[in-house]
Amino acid sequence: MSTTKDRVALPPVNAQKTNLTCHFCAVGCGYHVYKWDADIEGGRAPHQNALGLDFRKQLPPLATIMTSAMANVIKDKTGRRHNIMIVPDKACVVNRGLSSVRGGQLAKVMYTDDGVARERLRNPRIYAGDTWYDTTWDDALALYAGVTKKILDTDGPTGILFDCFDHGGAGGGFENTWGTGKLMFAALKTPMVRIHSRPAYSSECHATREMGIGEFNNSYEDAELADVLMSIGGNPYETQTNYFLAHWLPNLQGGTADKKQKWFPGESTPKTRIIFVDPRRTPTIAIAETLAGKENVLHLDIEPGTDIALFNGLFSYVVDQGWHDRDFIDQHTNDFDVAVNANKLSLDKCSQITGISVAKLRLAAEWAYKPKVSGQRTRTMHGYEKGIIWGNDNYLIQSALVDLVLATRNVGRRGTGVVRMGGHQEGYTRPPYPGDTKIYIDQEVIQGRGLMYAAWGANPFQSTLNAEQHRQVILRRTSIVKEAMGKTRGASSKEMVDVVYDAVKNKGGLFLASINLYPTSLASAAHVLLPAAHPGETNLTSMNGERRLRLSQRFMDPPGVAKPDCLIAADIANTLKRMYEAEGKSDMAARFGGFDWEVEEDAFNDGFRVAGTSGAPPIDSQGGGTGYIATYARLVAAGNNGVQLPIKEYKDGKLVGTEMMYMDSTFDTRDGKAIFKPSTWPGLPKVVADQKAKHRFWINNGRVNEVWQTGYHDMYNTFVRDRWPMAFVEVNPDDAQSLGVASGDVIELFNDYGSTYAMACPEPSIKKNQTFMQFGHWNGIAGNITTPWVDRNVIPYYKGTWASMRRIGTVADFKNSVTFKDRRFA
Amino acid sequence: MRNIVSRREFLKYTSGAAAGVAAVPAISEAATAVDAGAVGLSYQQKSIGRAAATVTNQPVQFSFPDAASPCTLVKMGAPVMGGVGPGGDIVAYSTICTHMGCPVAYDGKERVFKCPCHFSTFDAEKGGQMICGQATANLPRIVLKYDDEDDSITAVSVDGLLYGRQSNVL
Repeated sequence: MSTTKDRVALPPVNAQKTNLTCHFCAVGCGYHVYKWDADIEGGRAPHQNALGLDFRKQLPPLATIMTSAMANVIKDKTGRRHNIMIVPDKACVVNRGLSSVRGGQLAKVMYTDDGVARERLRNPRIYAGDTWYDTTWDDALALYAGVTKKILDTDGPTGILFDCFDHGGAGGGFENTWGTGKLMFAALKTPMVRIHSRPAYSSECHATREMGIGEFNNSYEDAELADVLMSIGGNPYETQTNYFLAHWLPNLQGGTADKKQKWFPGESTPKTRIIFVDPRRTPTIAIAETLAGKENVLHLDIEPGTDIALFNGLFSYVVDQGWHDRDFIDQHTNDFDVAVNANKLSLDKCSQITGISVAKLRLAAEWAYKPKVSGQRTRTMHGYEKGIIWGNDNYLIQSALVDLVLATRNVGRRGTGVVRMGGHQEGYTRPPYPGDTKIYIDQEVIQGRGLMYAAWGANPFQSTLNAEQHRQVILRRTSIVKEAMGKTRGASSKEMVDVVYDAVKNKGGLFLASINLYPTSLASAAHVLLPAAHPGETNLTSMNGERRLRLSQRFMDPPGVAKPDCLIAADIANTLKRMYEAEGKSDMAARFGGFDWEVEEDAFNDGFRVAGTSGAPPIDSQGGGTGYIATYARLVAAGNNGVQLPIKEYKDGKLVGTEMMYMDSTFDTRDGKAIFKPSTWPGLPKVVADQKAKHRFWINNGRVNEVWQTGYHDMYNTFVRDRWPMAFVEVNPDDAQSLGVASGDVIELFNDYGSTYAMACPEPSIKKNQTFMQFGHWNGIAGNITTPWVDRNVIPYYKGTWASMRRIGTVADFKNSVTFKDRRFA
Repeated sequence: MRNIVSRREFLKYTSGAAAGVAAVPAISEAATAVDAGAVGLSYQQKSIGRAAATVTNQPVQFSFPDAASPCTLVKMGAPVMGGVGPGGDIVAYSTICTHMGCPVAYDGKERVFKCPCHFSTFDAEKGGQMICGQATANLPRIVLKYDDEDDSITAVSVDGLLYGRQSNVL
């Protein structure tokens, strides 16, 4: 960050300019990075600075976004200092020059030795007795790969556990999912893998995929073309900010009516309406009312966990009214009748379960599914996120929703879609998972199984369910190894491997490595820390929620000897290969072959660009079989607009992609027909219902605009830390009064599974006996009180737990320095 | 490359913010001596009025450090972070949103500043802290000086970068 608070250095016209896709949500806003010598400044006249703006006078509103957070001074490996400025790209179709509170701080969080990122890992570290020491890659890998080999040789791959990212953006990307995936699945062949916030190796979109509909099936532009937007368990102003501001907002304000008339001649273009399905009045709902008028906003504030019943009720009503698309259903789908029978629910019954009045249910169905005055089908776009993903039975909710969408043909038409809004970007390219069942890894660990565990760009201490028990077991098991390592003096790496192995094999220990940007809270359990790199320090490709592939270009060195994850994976594989070669085990050495990568582009070319080509091994890739068309050079040329996967061709110097999926009504099933799925309302899971019976408060939880994921950068960023020094919990003011709680007090939340704490925020729109707690915070872990219940694919129900609360006391600092005013714009 | 100008020199000659705005282009392109002793920007202090004349929760508009930078002063009625005056309750902020420069409006009921463009809100009672929104900086606080001899309030400097400027002093 700029060291002066009241001025910033401007980039000169000849500053280096590269592309960077923001990695702080699913949307992937385009930014430009300017880099230039720290001793030079651009002038204030428009021809003297790279922004082309006239800073000799006050700029008018909306002319630019340029704050101190967008500037920084970095050092390269030779010690040379450079200014950087990272500003949003006005020509990027994703964000159109907008920046969010997260992306607007991209420059600030880049590594400097005295800035926000000063705690970044610069070197590998090993825990010796009671302290960490910095060490070399060779030394750290001798220990890590040595333990890995010993376990692999003696106990087989099921002793080797991972908690690894599988996505795009920071801590991910096609290069790194391939590098880690090739190591875990093709070389080590371990099925004992969980994914950053999921306790098993599972998708969060099994149902929709099995029904033939991938979860990213439209373009952000479709949100501009919809007659009705339906936001289900989402809060896009806070969590997909510029998707909402650049695409939903103009539609809600009526600014896209001309575009709709041009695209859909002869169709009426009624005032855009929006329906929210969410038990909580979110900040997005308040803003939508400001934008569209209250009369065009419908909030279905359902009882927690009743989404399946809601969609079944709407589905049954729509079919009763004859608003479903019979021709489409006959020609392009299977099993409609199965769903009609299984999901049958009257509006009265639906109302009883969901707590929504019949009148409101009917109104929602009329808005979203009744044919338009001009006769055509209403174009309704359904965007869903964690309310469904982490709801009461992920698989069944998604089935119920997609049944309703399919019946009304709100997929494969412009202005429609049934899409995951996304938390982070995507970037999946991996060999197939080496197993045919889903293994609940957290329970394996808790039950004492597994001998070593690598948390790779993941932190289960802050982002898993039943987190307290999970963390306690890991701390206990890893301390056994720490004790053994601490008692060993003067041991060579090879001897230390034997010490560790004895502790994990014979004493119940667990050897733990964390591969990450920062030490994180996991350092309290780890024995080895390996330093990773993030976008800007490494070239990285990812796709956003409309499948838009971009290349974030490297513009600076990673700190110290940190490396991109794909090259760390290669180092591990190559170390193991050499170890096996030394023993003359050529068959095992061969398993760890194919990692001779020098740079991250080698990993991109080895995975994403090989998938689906002739002679290639099986690879599951979001690039499909045409990923080979994308090269780094072509992606650099494509800039921040990139190309939407799947790529169709490279023509006239441009990559040509796919804006909308399923336009020909051919779906991703064997016969091309989409499949309806039965999704009978099951009620609450018993373990959850038991907590509800015992504890007064529903602990809803989720993200907040200003904080990214576990706060790995933000915990060092005073702008964010001053705002949210502890996880907050929104409480109804009457409930707060009954607990003797005021703004800024610290509350303990507890149930049969654990206890956590949070900073109280009385909030009038929160219903009695309900709350909303920040998820993922480093100070107050919501997952501590989440039950261990999971659905058939081992997807947690993070949103569904009940707890009791008590006031602990007041932290004067919070009370004095944190605002507790209404976050809902009115 | 940029020619560095002594702000103090510049202000001496322009003697007034409004005139200063118009004069900037010509001045900034001329090379002048650097004020080698200065670490911070040289703001020209500006008298805002007397504390006794302020009324609780009645916003007072003024501009600082020049006419192109609208600000609002509010007496909060109880001591607040950064507050000056006999009650330690008088604060002032820039009223241009730090995100994209839209004018923020003071809402006396909630005592917050609200931006209509992208819905950022800032707490007047907590140093301009962003309550919710897309700005990457809190609302710039106008640093005030209170003189208890004559009850005067003077704007001294700005804590935070004003939107749409490379430097707070044009």
